[in-house]
Amino acid sequence: MLIELWINEKKTTAEIEPDTLLIDFLRKQGCKSVKRGCETANCGLCTVFVDDKPVLSCSMLAARAAGHHVVTLEGLQEEAKGFAAYIADQGAEQCGFCNPGFMMNAIAMFRENPDPTEEEILEYLAGNLCRCSGYEGQMRGIRSYLAYKKKEEGASE
Amino acid sequence: MEEKKFSVINQPVRKKDAMALLCGKPVFTDDVVPSDCLIVKVLHSPHAHALIEEINTDIAMKVPGIEVIYTYKDVPGKRFTMAGQTYPEASPYDRLILDQRVRFVGDAVAIVAGWTEKAVNKALKLIKVKYQVLEPVLDFHKAKDSDILVHPEESWQALCDVGADNKRNLCASGVDESGDLAAVMDDCDIVLEHTYHTKANQQAMMETFRTYTCMDTYGRLHVISSTQIVFHVRRILANALGIPKSKIRVTKPRIGGGFGAKQSCVTEVFPAFVTWKTGKAAKLIYTRQESQTAGSPRHEMEMHVKIGAMQDGTIRAIDLYTLSNTGAYGEHGPTTVGLSGHKSIPLYNGNLEAFRFRYDVVYTNVQAAGAYRGYGATQGIFAVESMVNELADRLNMDPAAIREKNMVREGQIAAAYYNEPMNACALDRCVARAKELSGWDEKPLAQDMGNGKIRAKGIAMAMQGSGISGMDVGSATIKLNDDGFYALSIGAADMGTGCDTTLAQIAAECLDCSVDNIIVYGADSDTSPYDSGSYASSTTYVTGKAVEKACAELREHMAVIASQMMECSGEDLIFTSDAICMADGSRQVSLSEVAARSMNGNTEAVQVTVTHSSPVSPPPFMAGIVELEVDKETGKVELLDYVAVVDCGTPINSNLVRVQTEGGLVQGIGMALYEDVTYSKKGKIAEDSFMQYKIPTRQDICPLRVEFESSYENTGPFGAKSVGEIVINTPAPAIAHAIYNATGVWHRELPITPEKVLMGILSCEGEK
Amino acid sequence: MIEIAKYVKVKSLEEAYELNQKKSSAVIGGMLWLKMQKKRVGTAIDLSDLGLDRIEETSEEYQIGAMVTLRQIEQHEGLNRMTEGAVRDSVRHIVGVQFRNMATVGGSLFGRYGFSDVLTFFMAVGAKVELYHRGTVSVEEFAQMPYDRDILVRVIVPKGQQSTVYLSQRNTETDFPVLTCCISKAEEVRCVIGARPMRAVCLRDEQGILSGGITPESAAAFGTYVKEHVVTGSNLRAGGEYRSILCQVLTKRALLRIAEMEKEG
Repeated sequence: MLIELWINEKKTTAEIEPDTLLIDFLRKQGCKSVKRGCETANCGLCTVFVDDKPVLSCSMLAARAAGHHVVTLEGLQEEAKGFAAYIADQGAEQCGFCNPGFMMNAIAMFRENPDPTEEEILEYLAGNLCRCSGYEGQMRGIRSYLAYKKKEEGASE
Repeated sequence: MEEKKFSVINQPVRKKDAMALLCGKPVFTDDVVPSDCLIVKVLHSPHAHALIEEINTDIAMKVPGIEVIYTYKDVPGKRFTMAGQTYPEASPYDRLILDQRVRFVGDAVAIVAGWTEKAVNKALKLIKVKYQVLEPVLDFHKAKDSDILVHPEESWQALCDVGADNKRNLCASGVDESGDLAAVMDDCDIVLEHTYHTKANQQAMMETFRTYTCMDTYGRLHVISSTQIVFHVRRILANALGIPKSKIRVTKPRIGGGFGAKQSCVTEVFPAFVTWKTGKAAKLIYTRQESQTAGSPRHEMEMHVKIGAMQDGTIRAIDLYTLSNTGAYGEHGPTTVGLSGHKSIPLYNGNLEAFRFRYDVVYTNVQAAGAYRGYGATQGIFAVESMVNELADRLNMDPAAIREKNMVREGQIAAAYYNEPMNACALDRCVARAKELSGWDEKPLAQDMGNGKIRAKGIAMAMQGSGISGMDVGSATIKLNDDGFYALSIGAADMGTGCDTTLAQIAAECLDCSVDNIIVYGADSDTSPYDSGSYASSTTYVTGKAVEKACAELREHMAVIASQMMECSGEDLIFTSDAICMADGSRQVSLSEVAARSMNGNTEAVQVTVTHSSPVSPPPFMAGIVELEVDKETGKVELLDYVAVVDCGTPINSNLVRVQTEGGLVQGIGMALYEDVTYSKKGKIAEDSFMQYKIPTRQDICPLRVEFESSYENTGPFGAKSVGEIVINTPAPAIAHAIYNATGVWHRELPITPEKVLMGILSCEGEK
Repeated sequence: MIEIAKYVKVKSLEEAYELNQKKSSAVIGGMLWLKMQKKRVGTAIDLSDLGLDRIEETSEEYQIGAMVTLRQIEQHEGLNRMTEGAVRDSVRHIVGVQFRNMATVGGSLFGRYGFSDVLTFFMAVGAKVELYHRGTVSVEEFAQMPYDRDILVRVIVPKGQQSTVYLSQRNTETDFPVLTCCISKAEEVRCVIGARPMRAVCLRDEQGILSGGITPESAAAFGTYVKEHVVTGSNLRAGGEYRSILCQVLTKRALLRIAEMEKEG
């Protein structure tokens, strides 16, 4: 079947099978940042935005994305870099395989809740597994990024 | 301890690949390989033990898009091991690529290769197999000398004398002892003995096993794989396929985590066989389910510990018997078991007069085990540390005090650690600092909070090694390039740990330059200098030392060129960050001038390869203290605080040692509280997905407070030892200890789920 | 992994119903559970274009479209106000935000899964489901019904003065529950126990244990009553005996929390 959708704001038309999953479709379209870590919708590695909401692309039919706006980390490079530097400065990226899903969901969180509490951060990102870092370095990175954002906002006011 | 001033060592240097990883660049196996290749999948056995009577692939072959299907009839008949170890491997040669006998639920039955995943999936369903189902050995207690043999075949072979006997289901057995154990035990005031049990935990690295293979320009097999061990993979594939090693090249891109899982050749042989036979490129990506049922998890172990002590807490004798379950194949079986004793008993070296460590490693019809961070030490330390906590309790002694009284200290010779001298050991300082940080002396062992919860603390110590003494080989090639930048080539594998960066830091420290001035490349079996690979906590300690030595040698070569340029003696030269100067400051040449000269009419090599191996394996040490609360009515355990103080020698990268520690602690927490592996009556693993095998999420942990108390290990680069593995070892015993303090029940089997905690409390009340 | 031959975004409920009469058809909700099943679906029916992704409020009730996500109810102000956050408590442990942005109320309820937090919650608050063919039935009754080929259109939650508390016990924070307990108190007390691990059941205070008000004693006694009247079983996550004990503990705690809430007014 033929679908038309926006991938990273680029209108794309493609022939797919009815059971093509969004994750496989996106990887085929060159969005290699989208990773698969499980088959049971538990790991969060495949997180992308559909109409600005973070979803698991492993569990969505590409067919259902027709007519919608899909954004992957490839489409958020500038926004990602600013935050990524803070995770990098903790060494919390580690193997990096979970990073794209984590980055996507963290960006979704910052957009939805620019000043989250520690508990809100833990809850929002609970669906993003990481086996390397022990999560603490990610939290330190998030905190220092938020502190930087606050300072920046204070300065611009 | 030597105090040294470093410029880039012990600094929080950002990992060289950090931004690429965080920004989702295509750097992993499945991102970098061409997509027009055969898709390979394995048909897995539904039976724990069976013989294939008939296997018919005719119908499956008719599925459009199927290229080839292989069965046991098609593969070479020479056995090999998938263990990534130095040749001759301690692990027995007990595998074929495909065998007529299948030995666990998940064992390989057939290989299917086709042009689409759908076609391959369809063909898998259409392969008709008639099994003669045999009775399996599922209980590892009953494996030794069972009538049922997992490996009855005559072609089974043990290359090393590890006490193996396939006709007894023995993968290894042995004993190590010192002192008159019986006499010392007899003379002790108190002797305690208990049995402890740990499960076949999953490494659960986020990137599952995967391999791509193709034929290169020269008719050689190029293997691109997510592996920790490129050189061992080359040998293993040559053995498996029966082809010369010269026909194989193995490279690794970024690896999405390993933790030892990728120290076995889990997926490589299948696409390699397809490509070698068909000449066509092939790719195999294991699903999470395959990774958890046909992977290489931790060895399940049961440890019987007997400890002899005096009323004042002096520990005089330890007797340990470990029964290890290697599953259907023997990868890492003979070696992991050794660490259960050799990395636990020496912790109590202080007053130890006698010890005995006996072990059996048995074959059973469950998933074959492999290497997982801690490699047997984790299991042994859970047992011995728990036993010491039980002893302290029986003697009514402070559990930290009993450690202070008996722990191994700097300057001692550790009999249970191959009589190695403990030249760098800050365990005493680790315990002291952990006590201070946790407020140990101010807090009771347990305290009823009056709200249905009991707060309690627990403690454990740990050690590990740094590489395998007298065996692991690390090499480094360092080369001076244009403009004076350096290229460092290594055969060790950065699996996310950051060794590309830490080894560059060592080079930068040696060469007085910035880390950015060093580029790193690894690992490629064709071009990298030989390295055993990244395992056994060896990379920083062994390969790092090779880097240090190589840089020193390179300097000598550069000095020759510089002295030629300045027409002076090479001995009077001083290196600065960007130049080589004469000692009196009268003349200097810049590095870029030296580099340019090295490419112009030059006969002096500016590339050096140094190989290093260490006769010793200096242990890192650590102490962990946990504080938690137990809900008396539900058994739920909530972690409140975890303090860990580590002696890894000089930390090379202050960020990365911290994150290694935090990551290891969290894996240890999962192992302690919920990561479980159970089997059906037919031997099928129940926890075969992330839905059922629960690893910790960020909501399941507590603040981790990590500090370092460094000793200085003279044989390591800039005083470094290792950190990668030791950090997983303290949570299980510390948490079990705290739960005892809260509930009065010792949990000697992991994981300690809320159900077990509550039922323990209730049975304890029942007894009263 | 699931195989799908044909995908249809239906234009009407009638079309969905017609298509769904074939046994090989399947309505896709969030796709999360469906995807994992090893089956072949002839026609996958997508209700996305029917405007069922909204929560509508009337003076008497909240009407929750079948395609409303768990994240939507988690964040819905009115529902949370009415249930004093119990709706949020019922779903916030389910895997993660991304998962809850996909999982639908309709899919969660239609499956009537034993492990379901969602079923537990809606049963406790006296919700009804609107089925395209059969009409409206209570969630309590729906939970007992066998699977059929009807289409779940909406979930209707009656408004009213009530106190609701949702508790669950889990081995890890985002795992399936070992046991769920949701108590809603209006004129009557409805105590729903789920993840037994069988489908949720609703108990009422038939013996008047709580008629004299909720006290530590009556709460414990009602907990014991629930423990004695709820059948529990074993699975990977826990045994029946442990679950049975939890029935008592969670019920008691939920009641005491309700008493506190009532005191706080």
